[in-house]
Amino acid sequence: MLYAILSIFLVAAVAPVVHRLTGRASGWVLGLLPAALFVYFLSFLPAVSSGESIVLVWPWMPGLDIQLSFLVDGLSLLFALLVSGIGFFIVTYAGRYLQAHRDLGRFYVIILAFMGSMLGLVLADNLIALFVFWELTSITSYLLIGYNHEDKDARKYALQGLFVTVGGGLALLAGIIMLAMAGGSWELSEILNNGDVVREHALYLPLLLLILLGAFTKSAQVPFHFWLPRAMAAPTPVSAYLHSATMVKAGVYLLARLNPSLGGTDIWFTTLALFGAVTMFTGVFLAFRSTGVKKVLAYSTVMALGTLTMLIGVGTETALLAAMAFLLAHSLYKGALFMVAGILDHEAGAKDFLQTGGLRSALPVTAAFAILAALSLGGVIPLFGFVAKELMLEAVLDAPGLVGILSLFAVLTAILGVAVAAIVGIRPWFGARADTPKTPQHEAPVAMLAGPAVLASLGLIFGLGPGLADQGLINAAAASVQGAPVDGYLALWHGINLPLAISAFSLVAGGLLYWRWEQARRALAWVDRAAEYGPEKGYFKMMDGLVWISEWQTRVLQNGYLRYYVIVTVAMTAGLVGVTAQLFEVSVGTLHFERLQIHEMAIIAILVASMLFAVLTRSRLGAVAALGSLGFTVALVYVLYSAADVGITQVLVETLTVILLVLVLFRLPGFLNLSSSALRVRDAGIALVTGGMITLLILSTLDARLFPSISQYFIEESEPSGYGRNIVNVVLVDFRALDTLGEIFVLALAAIGVYAMLRFRAEDRR
Amino acid sequence: MEVVMAFVVGGLYAAAIYMMLRRSIVKLVIGLVLLSNAANLLIFTVAGMKSGAPPLIPPGMTVPDGASADPLAQAVVLTAIVIGFGVLAFAVVLIHRAYEVVKADDMDQMKDTDR
Repeated sequence: MLYAILSIFLVAAVAPVVHRLTGRASGWVLGLLPAALFVYFLSFLPAVSSGESIVLVWPWMPGLDIQLSFLVDGLSLLFALLVSGIGFFIVTYAGRYLQAHRDLGRFYVIILAFMGSMLGLVLADNLIALFVFWELTSITSYLLIGYNHEDKDARKYALQGLFVTVGGGLALLAGIIMLAMAGGSWELSEILNNGDVVREHALYLPLLLLILLGAFTKSAQVPFHFWLPRAMAAPTPVSAYLHSATMVKAGVYLLARLNPSLGGTDIWFTTLALFGAVTMFTGVFLAFRSTGVKKVLAYSTVMALGTLTMLIGVGTETALLAAMAFLLAHSLYKGALFMVAGILDHEAGAKDFLQTGGLRSALPVTAAFAILAALSLGGVIPLFGFVAKELMLEAVLDAPGLVGILSLFAVLTAILGVAVAAIVGIRPWFGARADTPKTPQHEAPVAMLAGPAVLASLGLIFGLGPGLADQGLINAAAASVQGAPVDGYLALWHGINLPLAISAFSLVAGGLLYWRWEQARRALAWVDRAAEYGPEKGYFKMMDGLVWISEWQTRVLQNGYLRYYVIVTVAMTAGLVGVTAQLFEVSVGTLHFERLQIHEMAIIAILVASMLFAVLTRSRLGAVAALGSLGFTVALVYVLYSAADVGITQVLVETLTVILLVLVLFRLPGFLNLSSSALRVRDAGIALVTGGMITLLILSTLDARLFPSISQYFIEESEPSGYGRNIVNVVLVDFRALDTLGEIFVLALAAIGVYAMLRFRAEDRR
Repeated sequence: MEVVMAFVVGGLYAAAIYMMLRRSIVKLVIGLVLLSNAANLLIFTVAGMKSGAPPLIPPGMTVPDGASADPLAQAVVLTAIVIGFGVLAFAVVLIHRAYEVVKADDMDQMKDTDR
C-alpha cells in the first residue's frame, strides 16, 4: 500500500521525462499507472465486500507515536477505486486535450501528485497522515487550477480556492488534534470504535465545529460554495477530476469517515442536514441560472455535495446507502459530462450552452454518451442516477426530523435537477444547428471519448443491474459509514410508491422548466445583482483588508530609519524584561559594596572616562583612541579576574579593531551633528532607561542561583575525558566544539563578504 | 566588584544605544564596538568574578585546586569576542563601501537609495 502511493509520487517526478520520450502517446503510457493501481485496489474487493477492514502499518516517527498507517474498508476502497479509475481516463484524456500545450509535462507532474495525495487522504488511518495528505490535495489543486498561470483570472481563483480550503484546513488540524485527545488515539480505526467516548467528551462540540468547518470549505458547502465554480479556470480535465472523484469529495469523505465516531447527535444531524439541504438547493438553482457549460456543471456539483452532506447528516441506513450510491452515480456522470464539456470546447470552441445546438450530427458518439450521462444526472429510469435518487427521496421522507423542510428542498432540487439535466443533455445536441465558434470537422479522438463512453455506460450498467454495484462495494461502503453492517440493498424498481411519484412529477415539472428556460432565466436576472452581495463579496473584502493591514504595518515598521528599528527593538526588550520582572517579583537584594582596591578603582575610572570620551568627543581620532583605551582596560579586567585566555584574545582583537577603525574611518568624513538637542535628550533618555534596566538585571541575578551550573561538569570532566588542563580550551575545542565551528563559519563568511566588497570596488575603478 | 561592574555595564549599554541612535554612520560603528564590549562584560560579570582562580588543572591532579572561575562563561565570552570582531570588520567595510557609492555620511540620505 505504501509502495502503491509512493509509486505515484515517484512517477510524478519523472513524468516530464516520460512525456518527452513518448511524445503523443504520453497520456496512454502514464495512464498505465492509475490503471495498475485500480487493478491493485480491486484485489482488496473480495475481502472488503465480505465486511473486513484491513489496517496496514508502517512506523514513521515512532518517538512521537505517529505511524504511516492505512485503512482499507468499504468507504476508502470505493474512493480509491474512483480516484484511480477515473484518474486513468483523466490522464489519457489530458494527454490528448492538452497535446499542444507546452507545459504538458508539468501538468502530468501535478495531476499525478494530486492523485497520490487524494489516494493517501482516503486510505490514511493515522490522523496526522490524513491531514498531511489533505493539505497536499489543497496545494496540488492550487497548482492545477492555476495551471494557465499566464492568465490573471486563473491565478486569482487558484489563490481563492487555496485560501478557502487551507483556511478550513487550519480549523481541521485543530479539530483533529482535539479528536485525537477525545478519542485517545491517532488511529482512525481505534477512534471509530470509540464513538461513545468521543461524543460524550467535553471537547465534542468544539472539535465537531472545527472539523465541520474544514469539511464544509473543502466540499464547497454554502456559504463557501463560491470557490468551486471559480475553480473552473482550470483546464477541463482538471475540472473533471476535481469534481467527479476527488478534491471536493474529500470533505464528504471526511464526514462519512467520521460518522461512526461523531455522528448520531442532534447537532450533527441538524447542522449537516440543513447545510446540506440549503447547499443542494443553492447549487441546483444557480446551475439552472447559468449558461456557461462548465459553470452549469460546477454548480450541479455543488448540488451533489449538498445532497451527500445532507444524507450523511440524516444518517439512517437508507440515507447512508443512498449517499454511497449517489456518490458513485455522481462520480460517473459528472466525470463523463466534464469530459464532454472539454470535447465541446475542443471540437466546436463552445464554452456556453447558448452557443450550442444541433451538434448531434457532427459529434454523434459524443452526443450519445453525453445524453446517457445527462439522463443519469436527471435521475431517469433505468440509469444508476435514478436508483440513487429514489433512495435519496426515500431517506429524506423517513428522516428522523425536519422531514418537511428537507422534503421541500429535495423535491425542488429534483425538479430543477431534471431541468439542468435537460440543459446538458438536450440543448447542445438537438434543435437548429447553432453557429459555434469552430465548426466541428470530425468526431473527438479516442483518448478523449474513452472516458465519457466507459463512465456513462457504467451508469447504465449499474442502473440495470444495481446488484453489481451493491454487493461488491456500495453495501460495504455504507456499512463502514454506519459502523455496522447494512441490511438494505439497491434496486431499480421499488414498486409504485411516493418517491416514484415525486420522480415522475419532477420529470414533468423539470421538463416544463426547461421548455421555458429562456423566460425563467430572464425572470431570475435579479440573482446576479443579489450575488454581488454574497459570500464571495465577503471573501474579497477580507482579502483587501489583509492587504491593507500588511501594507500599513510594513509602512509603519519597515520605515527605513535604522534608529527607529533600534528604538523598537530596545523598547520591546526593556518592556518585556520589565514586565516579566514585575510578574515574577524579581528584586534586587541589599547591595554589598566591598571596599575596592586601588587598582580596581583605577580600572573603573578608566572604563568610565573612555566611555564618556568616546560618546562626547567631536574628534574621530579621539573616539577611536578612547575605544582602544576601553578595550585594553576590558582585557585587563579579564586577566585580573582569572580569565587569561579571554584577556589575550581581547588584546589581539582590540589591536586589530583599532587598526581597522583608523584605516577605514579616516576615509570617511568627520562627525556630523545632525540631530537637534531635543532629539538627543530623547535618545539619551531611551539609552539611560535601557542601561539602567541592564544594571538592575545584573544586580538581581547576583544573589540568585536557581539551578546548579553546568560548568561543574566541564570542570570535572576536562582532564579525565578531554585530556586537557586548560578547561576553557577543552570547552572550546571539545565540549562545545560545534559552537567553535559555527564561529569559524561566521568569520569565514565575514571574510568572504569583506573580500567581495573590496573586489567590487577594484572592478568599478577599472 | 560585581556590583560596581553592574553599573559600568549598564553605562556601556546606555552609551552604545545612544551612539546607535545617531544619524552619523561613524557614530554607529562606535556604538557597535561599545555594544560588543558591554555584552561580553555582562556575561563575564553575571558568571561571577573571582580573582586568582583560573580554570586550570595543576599537573598531577584531575580537578583545579580549590574553586575556580566559571570556564563556560569564559569560553562563551571568548567566542563572542571573536565573532564580534568579524561582525565589526564586515560592518566597517560595508559602511565604507556604502559611503563610496552614496557619498553620504547621513543615514537618512542612505535610506532613500532603495526607493
